[in-house]
Amino acid sequence: MESTARSFKENAHHALGDARLTEALARLAHGFPARRRDAAARLPEFDQLRDAARDIKDHVLDNLDVYLDRFEKQVIASGGRVHWCRDAVEARDAILKICQAADARTVTKSKSMIGEEIAINDHLEAHAIVPVETDLGEYIIQLRHEPPSHLIAPAIHLSMDQVADAFRAHHTDLDPARPLVEPRALLDEARTRLRERFLKADVGLTGANMLIAETGSIVIVTNEGNADLTCSLPRVHIALASIEKIVPTLEDAATILRVLARSATGQEISVYTTFVTGPRRADDADGPEEFHVVLLDNGRSALLGSEFHEMLRCIRCGACLNHCPVYGAVGGHAYGWVYSGPMGAVLVPGLIGLPEAQHLPNASTLCGRCESVCPMRIPLPKMLRHWRERQHATHESPAIARAALKVWSFLARHPALYRAVFGLGVSFLASLGRRKGRFRWLPFAGGWTSVRDLPAPEARSFLLQWRQRNPGTRT
Amino acid sequence: MASPSETAKPSPHVALFVTCLVDLMRPSVGFAAIKLLEQAGCRVSVPEAQTCCGQPAYNSGAKADAQAIAKAVMKTFAGFDYIVAPSGSCAGMLRLHYPEMFAGDAAMEAEARAFAPRVYELTSFLVDVLGWKDVGTTHAGSATYHDSCSSLRELGVKAQPRRLLAEVAGLDLRESKEAETCCGFGGLFCVKYPEISERIVDKKVDDALATGAGTLLAGDLGCLLNIAGRLKRRGSPMKVRHVAEVLAGSEGAPIGEDSSVR
Ligand code: SF4
Repeated sequence: MESTARSFKENAHHALGDARLTEALARLAHGFPARRRDAAARLPEFDQLRDAARDIKDHVLDNLDVYLDRFEKQVIASGGRVHWCRDAVEARDAILKICQAADARTVTKSKSMIGEEIAINDHLEAHAIVPVETDLGEYIIQLRHEPPSHLIAPAIHLSMDQVADAFRAHHTDLDPARPLVEPRALLDEARTRLRERFLKADVGLTGANMLIAETGSIVIVTNEGNADLTCSLPRVHIALASIEKIVPTLEDAATILRVLARSATGQEISVYTTFVTGPRRADDADGPEEFHVVLLDNGRSALLGSEFHEMLRCIRCGACLNHCPVYGAVGGHAYGWVYSGPMGAVLVPGLIGLPEAQHLPNASTLCGRCESVCPMRIPLPKMLRHWRERQHATHESPAIARAALKVWSFLARHPALYRAVFGLGVSFLASLGRRKGRFRWLPFAGGWTSVRDLPAPEARSFLLQWRQRNPGTRT
Repeated sequence: MASPSETAKPSPHVALFVTCLVDLMRPSVGFAAIKLLEQAGCRVSVPEAQTCCGQPAYNSGAKADAQAIAKAVMKTFAGFDYIVAPSGSCAGMLRLHYPEMFAGDAAMEAEARAFAPRVYELTSFLVDVLGWKDVGTTHAGSATYHDSCSSLRELGVKAQPRRLLAEVAGLDLRESKEAETCCGFGGLFCVKYPEISERIVDKKVDDALATGAGTLLAGDLGCLLNIAGRLKRRGSPMKVRHVAEVLAGSEGAPIGEDSSVR
């Protein structure tokens, strides 16, 4: 996917002016967090499960080569194939080749963020293969030619009438009199269309929430059941996943599933949890003839062992987005690439480069709510700060800001000078602002006063007053 | 949670870390903190070499500068039983981030780890360490309390200020729905991304106003300046104060309001 992360500020400005987006984000903020809180409260061992889930992934990341190798052996043993891809180009090619070998004209897809990462839809279309999204949200944004704006709710930025408009624009045979105001009506309309497509598809392309090393299985979690049809009806099933999705055992997968749905939607478990192992066997009732796993690195192995190592524990539950004040203000598209919110702000610079994603680690108040809800206990604020450290070290942060910081930090280490400079400034501002108690505008304070008044300093600084009141004491 | 790991001595010697914002913008909070600490039986000193905890540098990625400031702070505040700040954000910096920022430098890390447990946010020190609650002041009116992110999530400060405010005669404390949500200050964030900050603080302000309370209280001046600034810009009469002012009964003009007529 083409990035617009560099224009984060402009994107955010645009998003803040979009009234329907604001409404949609308000709905999100009132829904998901409360449901997560209730789900967590209903399970006394929720926090222990989070620890266990974290430990599982830590162990995997320390032994990633071993588990990936084991996974591949098991996939082969069950009759499937694994395609190792270093980057988006290799992954696109691998998928295209499989599709071409199968003579595919239509590919049904269930939700996959990695699919977005490698922009697989555009690539297939460029080669005359029609990709059909089968997740309702993904289907809607495909109609609108938009990227997803949320990890688990890709069309969360839209209102119901925007969805209805998209359907009417594309389902041209739709009776104009047919009401499309209820979610149910929209769902029925999408289902009717998708049913035909399911039956016609040659290849089914799914993501994978987890890869299980001991069995060579993939795990897919949905609430719509569309992934089951995507992987069982077509002749060929391709599962697209990044390397850090691996877990050692079925038992481990079960532990992570228990925190995943609760963190994401507040459900105890998602409606459909599908385990797929290899292609159809002789005595299976259904299933594909071929089973492929396309394994993508795309910059992740470079994060191993770095200060961003722990980001690879992420299970894409979306809880950090749902609880983030910045995401809640601007939504997902403003971040400019596939991933948004706190997890995106940490991950994206690692995947597309810090210069392109320069705003993302800075556009955070470091309020820490993301970390407090992350089921994998990923220290997101700490890692945002690490990106800022890199920017500072490589002089990617604005020169003027760096110079100001230098001067300020020098003063902070020289108290007498600090007091002379700031003490004087404060006394001046205090006398200037006393009458109103605040400033509507001050030179060099535009960032502050563009949206809020600046309360005036109360009086002379505390330390000057203290010294005057306690002339004898020196501590 | 700031745990009472040690039982306080009868008259602990406390150093007030006044914090740069209180020092420069709201000195009365510093005096209120001293009054409260003394009422609670502490001997209070104010080391004069103090300036700032280094957070602006640390959160801007200027780690070396932050480390240099941290070293100076630890030197200035050596030798006290406790270091108390009327701010969760600055206390959190000293307590959690100092040890973290020296990771890899064994000697400094050890020093920061030894320093950290003596640092407390004001209300948590009064309640958790001293077990003090003889507030004895009066404040006629209603107020709502905003939990600053660092106080709440870094230091587990939630019940302590409410516990103390419950002792203030005449005060009607009203919980808001989103008390735990960020106000959009975020240090330099609020000037780097003013439009986003504005949207976040607007939600905070709406949430506070929905309680119908006359005053908003919090324990961190960063949040308070941001919230007060936005309230005033919106022309709202809601008053804004640091919690220590109400607890100490030392109330001058509210933040951002005319201090000449009183
Ligand atoms: S960082 Fe944590 S909260 Fe955010 S999506 Fe990943 S696992 Fe979920």
